[in-house]
Amino acid sequence: MEIFGVPIQAFLGQLLLGLVNGSFYAMLSLGLAVIFGLLNIINFSHGALYMMGAYVAYLALDLLGLGFWWSLALAPLIVGGFGIIIERLLMRWIYKLDHLYGLLLTFGLALIIEGVYRYFFGVSGQPYPVPDALRGATDLGFMILPNYRAFVVLASLIVCLGTWYVIERTRLGAYLRAGTENPQLVQAFGVNVPLMVTLTYGFGVALAAIGGVLAAPVIQINPLMGSNIIIVVFAVVVIGGMGSILGSILTGLGLGVIEGLAKVYYAEASSTVVFVIMAIVLIVRPAGLFGTEK
Amino acid sequence: MNNKTAVGFAILILLGLIAPYTGAYPIFLMKALCFALFACAFNLLLGFTGLLSFGHAAFFGTAGYAAAYSIKAWGFPPEIGILFAVAVAALLGWVIGSLAIRRQGIYFAMITLALAQMIYFFCLQAKFTGAEDGLQGVPRGKLFGFLDLENDVTMYYLVFAIFMIGFLLIYRTVHSPFGQVLKAIRENEARALSLGYDVDKHKLLAFVLSTALSGMAGATKTIVLGFETLTDVNWPQSGEVVLMTLIGGIGTIFGPVVGAFFIVTLENELADKVGSWVQVIMGAIFVICVLAFRRGIVGELAALFGRKKDRVAD
Repeated sequence: MEIFGVPIQAFLGQLLLGLVNGSFYAMLSLGLAVIFGLLNIINFSHGALYMMGAYVAYLALDLLGLGFWWSLALAPLIVGGFGIIIERLLMRWIYKLDHLYGLLLTFGLALIIEGVYRYFFGVSGQPYPVPDALRGATDLGFMILPNYRAFVVLASLIVCLGTWYVIERTRLGAYLRAGTENPQLVQAFGVNVPLMVTLTYGFGVALAAIGGVLAAPVIQINPLMGSNIIIVVFAVVVIGGMGSILGSILTGLGLGVIEGLAKVYYAEASSTVVFVIMAIVLIVRPAGLFGTEK
Repeated sequence: MNNKTAVGFAILILLGLIAPYTGAYPIFLMKALCFALFACAFNLLLGFTGLLSFGHAAFFGTAGYAAAYSIKAWGFPPEIGILFAVAVAALLGWVIGSLAIRRQGIYFAMITLALAQMIYFFCLQAKFTGAEDGLQGVPRGKLFGFLDLENDVTMYYLVFAIFMIGFLLIYRTVHSPFGQVLKAIRENEARALSLGYDVDKHKLLAFVLSTALSGMAGATKTIVLGFETLTDVNWPQSGEVVLMTLIGGIGTIFGPVVGAFFIVTLENELADKVGSWVQVIMGAIFVICVLAFRRGIVGELAALFGRKKDRVAD
């Protein structure tokens, strides 16, 4: 059986790989959107922090013998904690300035983090094993489904939808949304806004770290993986707009799938297709698919 | 032109004319001048129009490829090669600029970065760029058919002349009525629009002018060094020109020149000694500049001497 001249197994395989990449796009763009909402900063170091998450997994296994599941719990805590330190020490000084300075500051941080990792690990990749429980593949009849890839898609969907639930349906999320609208007023109601800002940044960074751990077994871990993905994620954010959480998730997954399909039908375009779509969206709907802001 | 700017110009021209006889390494001087022009062109956008482009390497690098290819494969003389490269960069700037100005502020930066990355992937895959190897062995040739550019001193004065042409053009633009409108857009876009200025047209024109001059810098650098590689179109190059402008002084006339010489010197000095820590040091300079040194070297000096005219976008 074939779809447009491509064997269905190859087609579905690339589709799944696209969904896996899309999950990372979704998680990273969600983190960017949450941070931007409250801090008004586009976190350029998001990619570098995602890379740190992957390296936490690698080092935990290499030095301490702690496996994948431990890393999945540890990485968001360690990298999130690192994010909180950055926010307290550096970022809080620039909230009153033009947004552009936030981009420049976090760009500098990304350079520092990436440079340090390059010094210690070079630019060649480190492999990371798939956890035992998720090895192998399941035969679904029409395709062979690699267990780990299915797990990544499922796990990131749970993380993303959990984030959506917390922000849209809980009291904590209500404070957060109110803080996005008008921080002075929320502060006047007795909510500790600076603390909320710090924790929000830590949370957004933790999402990136989880993404990094999930990515570790499917890609080669290397110091450049962050800057490679962050530029695509920026395009995803422009395409989706940062106004809607579900919009970010859908856009991320959708673009991952399109990228996967491009690999099947016209491999040369797979690295540029997201940018081309961004250009088209800018012409047709400049505010982004789910964006409302001017 | 006030007195202090006139003094600045006099120092710049004097230093530029005697530089080859000071014992400084000519290739270094030429490279620094090319980056200085690149940073000045970038500053026209960031400093005087308030647009942060995070993809200027695309124009610098594409022009480099255009010059290298047209000279090497088609046998263009250097002056025509540079003009051709400028035209290519301006055209690319017009396309990317038209898309990017559809969004403001932080989105503008992200869009330019993403589109520049697309150009990078294009250069990585296209046949004529030589992919990972780049284009090597580009001959300098003879300017106007008789000035032999293989001579470093002749080449230097050509580079200095090109730099001065670009620099004066930017100075003239900034101080023209058109430049005043750009400043108005930087200060308050909505107000400029309500006063009846076609904001988009002004922004696009500034963008194209900036990309054309960036292209001129990129093409000249390629002719000086005789090769062009992917480094020039990749995102760290875009970051570097931001850093040069930031450390020299955003929105000052001479700042980007000072910043470019500072960064090129630093890279030259550090490259052999610290290896991959160069990136960490550049990142640290970024962080320090944003946190404590937003006016940059020239901006701080201007503030020290109490000049308010060349204010920075703070």
